[in-house]
Amino acid sequence: MNAIDKTTSADAPRSRYSAGVMEYRKMGYWQPDYEPKDTDVIALFRVTPQDGVDPIEASAAVAGESSTATWTVVWTDRLTACDKYRAKCYRVDPVPNSPGSWFAYIAYDLDLFEPGSIANLSASIIGNVFGFKPLKALRLEDMRLPVAYVKTFDGPATGIVVERERLDKFGRPLLGATVKPKLGLSGRNYGRVVYEALKGGLDFTKDDENINSQPFMHWRDRFLYCMEAVNKAQASTGEVKGTYLNITAGTMEDMYERAEFAKQLGSSIVMIDLIIGYTAIQSMAKWARRNDMILHLHRAGHSTYTRQKTHGVSFRVIAKWMRLAGVDHIHAGTVVGKLEGDPHTTKGYYDICREDYVPQNLAHGVFFDQDWASTRKLMPVASGGIHAGQMHQLIDLLGEDVVLQFGGGTIGHPMGIQAGATANRVALEAMILARNEGRDIVVEGPDILQDAARHCLPLRQALDTWKDVTFNYSSTDTPDFVPQATAAE
Amino acid sequence: MRITQGAFSFLPDLDDGQITRQVQYCIDKGWAVNIEFTDDPHPRNTYWEMWGMPMFDVPDAAGVMFELNACRKAHAGRNYIRVSAFDSTHTWESLRLSFITDRPADEPGFALDRQEVDGRSIRYTTRAYAADRPEGARY
Repeated sequence: MNAIDKTTSADAPRSRYSAGVMEYRKMGYWQPDYEPKDTDVIALFRVTPQDGVDPIEASAAVAGESSTATWTVVWTDRLTACDKYRAKCYRVDPVPNSPGSWFAYIAYDLDLFEPGSIANLSASIIGNVFGFKPLKALRLEDMRLPVAYVKTFDGPATGIVVERERLDKFGRPLLGATVKPKLGLSGRNYGRVVYEALKGGLDFTKDDENINSQPFMHWRDRFLYCMEAVNKAQASTGEVKGTYLNITAGTMEDMYERAEFAKQLGSSIVMIDLIIGYTAIQSMAKWARRNDMILHLHRAGHSTYTRQKTHGVSFRVIAKWMRLAGVDHIHAGTVVGKLEGDPHTTKGYYDICREDYVPQNLAHGVFFDQDWASTRKLMPVASGGIHAGQMHQLIDLLGEDVVLQFGGGTIGHPMGIQAGATANRVALEAMILARNEGRDIVVEGPDILQDAARHCLPLRQALDTWKDVTFNYSSTDTPDFVPQATAAE
Repeated sequence: MRITQGAFSFLPDLDDGQITRQVQYCIDKGWAVNIEFTDDPHPRNTYWEMWGMPMFDVPDAAGVMFELNACRKAHAGRNYIRVSAFDSTHTWESLRLSFITDRPADEPGFALDRQEVDGRSIRYTTRAYAADRPEGARY
């Protein structure tokens, strides 16, 4: 595809800078011979031009509008090292099985970006360009972040390894549950759910994304009762416990106040929502690093722009930005649960969170090799519509460095919350034990659970209650390089 | 009460066959297996006493089980004993698995001390009942 058109840019400066309108491809934003430098940021866009718009011109326009260009030629370009600052579209490929859409590879010079600022990076890459009229739709699929840029970010405040060390929990996924009902409980009742779930065997409980400070429960009440519950459960089990106190609020000042109170009460973890914005996230990550706090991120709102394949931003890009921004936990999908998540695409997200070097893997939707250069690892969280009967599938698909969150699957247990928590913990430990012994948990998983249920009545009841619950729908956000959408199995 | 630290505390106590298989899993991964014991099982007591050095070069689980049995002979009944595995891989360089193999017959557990401070805030302290007695005479 590089060979479509070899004519480029500004080889004739005088005519290049005459006043008027010029095709983007002729202004230097299409350079099929360009070899990206190791220090370039590379973005891959899925470009769907309006009917009749040439894909190369559309892609060059994306490069232009996300870097130095405006709609017309400006002579003031000539006061700058403009060749350096122009983003360069260097490759345009048709999207497999998707007529009318094209993958455009665009390289950006490192000097275009402020060090350590997701706000700045995103303002360029997903700023104006998504509303550009000649495009029907545009999606940012993936980015290659050069080590030189990665190293300008602090990365996760705690990271998987140190989190495990602080919690003294190794070799198995962590277990959590979101307190339900998500709205309406008083602080006192809310703490009851936390205590029961933690005492029953969970490591963490969690505020939901929209639990902040409402008339039925002000945030200080929630924090006070939750920490009573955490400490009581810790003493009754001899095990470190935690609850993600959601500090999301209307202003940074309020968030800092809530974070400080959580710290004062001895919480090991606080939580924020993605909708607070990139700068607020980075600020809280800095605070978390300064205060030995684990920082949980709930990806509230992401599906508005990550889910549809033609337009928006892929979650794999959001995951990369959040690892740079410095959160410690991120919801990254369950595959088998109730929320969107193709297995291959989800594996790609998990690799981005957890590996130090992520090689290109088109079948997982990972378009670039990504070197994280020892940036701490980001713990993925699997939450939403999962239960103990799926334990073998969850461990097989997601591995052990993950928080498995069973909300309904804990609190909805017929014998109560403690029983629900115990069922999940026993199922988890039995499955890890069996896996480590070399058993094929995908095949033998149901038998392993049945065996474990023999010495654990709560697990027996959980398996009976939820045995037929699955969410088997085709995913919308699937890799382009496997034949079709893969249903969760 | 039953202290639920470690990866397998919610299962019935592992027998030696099960422990051997977990140890072999760790050795096959290239991890160094370590045996530790303590009579202070506070959840924030990170440093249990080491039973010798982590075993970096044992070819199979039998060597670890030999040491575990020696440790048991000296400390079982009056201590918790755990087996842990260290992974020296770059960007990990920490534990990969840790589980309790032995525990005292009677586990009195922990008291939760509450100190009422400013406003409605409470400072919490978790205190092992057994830790009131001196080290070596707790269980």
